[in-house]
Amino acid sequence: MNLQNAWAVAAKDFKIYRKKINVIRASIAYPLIVAVLFPFILNYSIHKETPAVAATLAPSLMDSFSIWFLIGSVIIPTAITSYSLVGEKLQKSLEPLLATPMTDGDILLGKTISGLVIPVAAIYIGSIIFMALMDHFTQGVLGYLYYPNWHMGAILLVVPLASLMSVEVNIIISARVTDARSAQQLGALLMFPFIGLYLAADLKIFPFTNTNLLILAGALALIDLAFFFVSKATFQREEILTRWK
Amino acid sequence: MSITIDVENLTKSFGTFTAVDNVSLHVDEGEVFGFLGPNGAGKTTTVRMLACLISKTSGRATVGGYEIGNSSDQSKIRAMIGLLPENVGLYEELSAYDNLDFYGRYYKLSIQKRREQIEYFLKMLGLWDKRDDAAGTFSKGMKQKLAIARALIHDPKLLFLDEPTASLDPEASKTVRDFILELKKEKRTIFLNTHLLDEAERICDQVAILKTKLIATGSPEDLRHSLSNRKVRVQLELVDDAVTGAVKTLGFQIAEKTNNSLVIIVNNPEKENPEILKEIQTAGGRIQFVTEVGSSLEDVYLKLVRGTE
Repeated sequence: MNLQNAWAVAAKDFKIYRKKINVIRASIAYPLIVAVLFPFILNYSIHKETPAVAATLAPSLMDSFSIWFLIGSVIIPTAITSYSLVGEKLQKSLEPLLATPMTDGDILLGKTISGLVIPVAAIYIGSIIFMALMDHFTQGVLGYLYYPNWHMGAILLVVPLASLMSVEVNIIISARVTDARSAQQLGALLMFPFIGLYLAADLKIFPFTNTNLLILAGALALIDLAFFFVSKATFQREEILTRWK
Repeated sequence: MSITIDVENLTKSFGTFTAVDNVSLHVDEGEVFGFLGPNGAGKTTTVRMLACLISKTSGRATVGGYEIGNSSDQSKIRAMIGLLPENVGLYEELSAYDNLDFYGRYYKLSIQKRREQIEYFLKMLGLWDKRDDAAGTFSKGMKQKLAIARALIHDPKLLFLDEPTASLDPEASKTVRDFILELKKEKRTIFLNTHLLDEAERICDQVAILKTKLIATGSPEDLRHSLSNRKVRVQLELVDDAVTGAVKTLGFQIAEKTNNSLVIIVNNPEKENPEILKEIQTAGGRIQFVTEVGSSLEDVYLKLVRGTE
């Protein structure tokens, strides 16, 4: 795989996304909502006349809210990746692309980069806003700045791995469907295992401690590797030209 | 390096279905080679194999001296060729300029080279003033021209054009055809898939007729001559029994007869015409003019394709 070739494919996708502003909006809406809404909810809850939440519970709530970035990391890439691949299928633009000297791996890597960069960047930017707002609202009651901390660091380590899994699964799904909406709907099913993890954390079955988040990162890295081989097997020019409908 | 195509017994099967069966052909450098056949004959599959887009099932083919199916040769073949697929597949949201620019990047052209090539081809194809317009706003003919420019962006010496004028209106077809003739003058080797026989006859040096198997190959003229009877029309002041009798006496068959013309089937008009004309004159016929009645490539094509059904 050649990074320069892959970047050329990704750059073309980025240019198309600039014209398709809805794809960008879909990517930044979720992290922005999480970044702004939860801090304001917490602020309201701990600062109203009769606080609904004791200030001492604020750290655990902030940790819990931050998991929504993790859930977002699997949802957000579905919009971009499915648009990228299904869009190429609909415009029948893959055949001339496949006729260039690029390898299947170059194109796959390019598609992976274009599917990964915007969602991960949006989540990282959202998390910075989240941390800043949370610190702003809680410093007075906690007496210290809660963020940045290792917990958020561990989450932000898991985010690109979860997004990568989402991109790979969407590449596999996009090979089988003919419209972007179906691909997005199927891809969005990936959020359920993460919602399951969220519930498991709340029920203390698998609490999101730093150690558990690192275990999750390791598991996702292995899953990513497995999905990489599956998506690579799916993304072969003969397969694309003769079987992708 | 000689930009030729050599194909020997090339076969492609999808499961139990054979799309291309034992095809052998040769395309010389600088030649326009027309690949004719009905829909589903295997033309696109053959081009895809030669462009290293899909694998072959058996047989052998070399493109510009590189062997298809050889993993180390595949990217060299793809770097050497330009492909215009049946569906143009442009990035509709991007401008004409950007469509070409990204393909220039895929072929690793420098920024300067890309600018020069894009300007050259867009001006040549009359699209320079539309360079900043989204490809999606273009007419079919403009899209086809842009796709041809895209296939040429890296200046390939070998072009595969898959149905370049299909679904275009007559004016757009003519523009594209004229452009192909310009490319021919530049001595590029062109492999042209088409089912438009008139187009093949006007553009191609050699043609092959495919219907899963290769049915015939040769120059359009050779195919016309070798595969259909040659005929001459003799225009007379009056055709009477003496005239027709004279022709029949020589052993020639009359294909068509009117009051003042005869269409006679001949094998070798260059040799036989003087003899026929002399006999007609001897029988009292007053000849006004003589013309060859040409069989079209379409006659030959239909004869061959129907012959395989």
